[in-house]
Amino acid sequence: METYDLSQNHIVTPPEEIALSTNQLQVYYGSGSRASMTDASLSFPRFQITALIGASGSGKSTYLRSLNRMNDRIARIEGEIMYRGTNINSPKVNVYEVRKHIGMVFQKPNPFAKSISENITFALKAAGITNRQELNERVETSLKEAALWNEVKDDLNKSALALSGGQQQRLCIARALAMKPDILLLDEPASALDPISTTKLEVTLKELTKNYTIIIVTHNMQQASRISAYTAFFHLGHVIEYDQTEKIFQTPEIQATHDYVTGNFG
Amino acid sequence: MTPNQTDRIATQVINFLVLIVVLILFFLLGDIILSGFPHISWHFLTSPSSSFSAGGGIRDQLFNSLYLLVLTLIISFPLALGSAIYLSEYAGNNWRTGLIRTAIEVLSSLPSVVVGLFGYLLFVIEFHMGFSILSGAIALTFFNLPLLVRSIEGSLHAVPDSQREAGISLGLSNWRTIRGIILPAALPGILTGIILSAGRVFGEAAALIYTAGQSAPILNYSNWNPTDSSSFLNPMRPAETLAVHIWKVNTEGVTPDAVSISAGASAVLIIVILLFNFGARAIGNHMYKKMTGGK
Amino acid sequence: MDDIQHKLTAPSKASREDVMGRIISYTCIAAIIILVISILYFITSRGVATFTANHVNLWQFLSGKEWNPGTLNASGQPQVGALPMIVTSFSVTILAALVATPFAIAVALFMTDIAPKNGAKFLQPVIELLVGIPSVVYGFIGLTVVVPFIRHLFGGTGSGILAGTIVLFVMVLPTITSLAVDALKAVPTYFRSASLALGATRFQTIYKVLLRAAMPRLLTAVIFGMARAFGEALAVQMVIGNAALMPHNLVTPTSTLTSQLTTNIGNTIMGTLPNNALWSLALILLLMSLVFNLLIRYIGKRGEIKS
Repeated sequence: METYDLSQNHIVTPPEEIALSTNQLQVYYGSGSRASMTDASLSFPRFQITALIGASGSGKSTYLRSLNRMNDRIARIEGEIMYRGTNINSPKVNVYEVRKHIGMVFQKPNPFAKSISENITFALKAAGITNRQELNERVETSLKEAALWNEVKDDLNKSALALSGGQQQRLCIARALAMKPDILLLDEPASALDPISTTKLEVTLKELTKNYTIIIVTHNMQQASRISAYTAFFHLGHVIEYDQTEKIFQTPEIQATHDYVTGNFG
Repeated sequence: MTPNQTDRIATQVINFLVLIVVLILFFLLGDIILSGFPHISWHFLTSPSSSFSAGGGIRDQLFNSLYLLVLTLIISFPLALGSAIYLSEYAGNNWRTGLIRTAIEVLSSLPSVVVGLFGYLLFVIEFHMGFSILSGAIALTFFNLPLLVRSIEGSLHAVPDSQREAGISLGLSNWRTIRGIILPAALPGILTGIILSAGRVFGEAAALIYTAGQSAPILNYSNWNPTDSSSFLNPMRPAETLAVHIWKVNTEGVTPDAVSISAGASAVLIIVILLFNFGARAIGNHMYKKMTGGK
Repeated sequence: MDDIQHKLTAPSKASREDVMGRIISYTCIAAIIILVISILYFITSRGVATFTANHVNLWQFLSGKEWNPGTLNASGQPQVGALPMIVTSFSVTILAALVATPFAIAVALFMTDIAPKNGAKFLQPVIELLVGIPSVVYGFIGLTVVVPFIRHLFGGTGSGILAGTIVLFVMVLPTITSLAVDALKAVPTYFRSASLALGATRFQTIYKVLLRAAMPRLLTAVIFGMARAFGEALAVQMVIGNAALMPHNLVTPTSTLTSQLTTNIGNTIMGTLPNNALWSLALILLLMSLVFNLLIRYIGKRGEIKS
């Protein structure tokens, strides 16, 4: 693999309203002193999709999982994550609240071994919503938002594990949306899905930008160029380039980005 | 001798050894069942035992065994569950966890007679609890805990991490995630483990002879007041179990029909344990199917 | 905005739940740790009383052949020689393991390599069932079948090391077998296919590849079986004869540590020498189970298959 100068980068700050930003974020796994993610400073525009791309091991997933403190148990994270004027990467912050505002969907669909409606209501009930009618409403709205309602509306009491992979993943999105988050983090949500399910998912995500800010990690460059407004390119734990998606894919500033998006990488 | 000849002879030897083992197994099971079954009758199961004359039954012993089992599970299950949750969900990968695991291993490797004697020393004597069902249940808890912890931990471990991530990503506390998501998903395994451990507890005698005692006072099955000394529910009365009864009638040698009583009681023991084993499997499969929506 | 900032930093129901969860699970594990420590402490403190309170010489205790704690010997010392029990305990354990091991390995090989389909289908549940048979049932069968048989062959009472060995052999056989099956299954399939592809016969593969690769875990299996045999009380107690005499052959009544304990602990008075001496036997049992534990760990650590 060609070695690139990792200190050379090009990072813009979007002019739009910013929903979430990180400042000099560093991630250390285990007790090691070597950072898996170095000095990541990015700002994510509100009601847009931002894609994080890069090869395996580039640190994009690590970065994403740090944003709602999912890496707390396994990694040490330094730097600032600014959300609504609060640095949420502080030990004083209530991580449970953070995760209610910043939801997450994972690579592999991971519905609970419960019924479809329970999958959605479980966390709502834990958050103190007990009104039956409101619960039903949230189930319906979130399933509609995730474009799953028509397929499952008659089977809400069936086990979620009986759904297909694509349906399961959309249920996971619905589950996250039911919490009414601000921001939705998606970690390669389509990697376990077939092409048809993937297309459906992309359409759904685009719809969601009406109400949500979305940050998505993807392996698939076409996917990134199809759905995102901004794209960040990660390489070996560094953010190399961050700009409007069009710019990244057509006229990138940095050689490494150019090589990666044109497929001349490694 | 050529390698091929050696191979043939070795295979013959192995087959021969296996045959002997199978014969032993058949003999064992056959002996228990053939010599035991004729002695099992309604009378045998429902009349009290008698020490010095023939014709005694095993009613009280059978009840004691079941009662002791229930008490033991009531004490040991919450403890084992909490410990298993600690080990599988909270414990870090460090020396402290290593030490805790070693302690549990030591507990599981202690001979049951030593565990029983400890119960005798601490509860029967120091705490003046006397030979009682409760002392017995506590001793059996000691004996049962390590196995139960290990099986529950295994079931919790088998639940994929992605389920935990799903829970906490929704803003649930770890505890809520464990209780509401991980435990239900692990339930079939946990239940199987409990029932299998119940089989072991049911047949255990060495830990009981000096804790629950070796006498079976006449019980009054219509007295539902657990504090009354003649009540069948009183946890402070001495209670000879089925397994202890088999041991006692054989070693004391005063009961004239000791052999037939033991044969019948052994068969009952084995049948109950078999039921536990089949039950464990059936319940595990059933719940697994139910949870995965029949897929 | 301020409301959200407040929510983000203030503790919530979830944080309180987590504190509670930690308290509950930490308490449970602490209870187990305290339990283990108190077992070790109580048995040890009772067990050493023979030597500290009654001033029995440790070496005489371990090497003495006369066990009669109530009486004094010619030199005015109490007769607490535990050697007969120690010898008998080790004899039955080692003999049972020696007899059971070839059978267990043969059955395990049969189940994993010779007839995996039928072997596993038929033998697996039976082995599991046998592990679950209570020890008093084994003891009862020993008493009604094995002892009379030995009496018929050799005369005497029929009780003794031979009867104990036979009963323990049957008891530890399923234990060793199921662990041996695990050991053989842990050897990767490509070990077998590589050897067979080189033209080795099945026996050569078993003997030169399989058994060697699985050796540490097989050893662990045997030690597990020995630990079970050494600590087994009632089944042995029912067939060993329970005479605290040095065994001179395999068919005279003698006594193991466990059988001596179960027979006599109820007939002695707390705090007296005869009672303390029995607790010392319990201490030996405890220490031996720790030794078995250490051995298993040591072999386990050295024998992990590297691939």
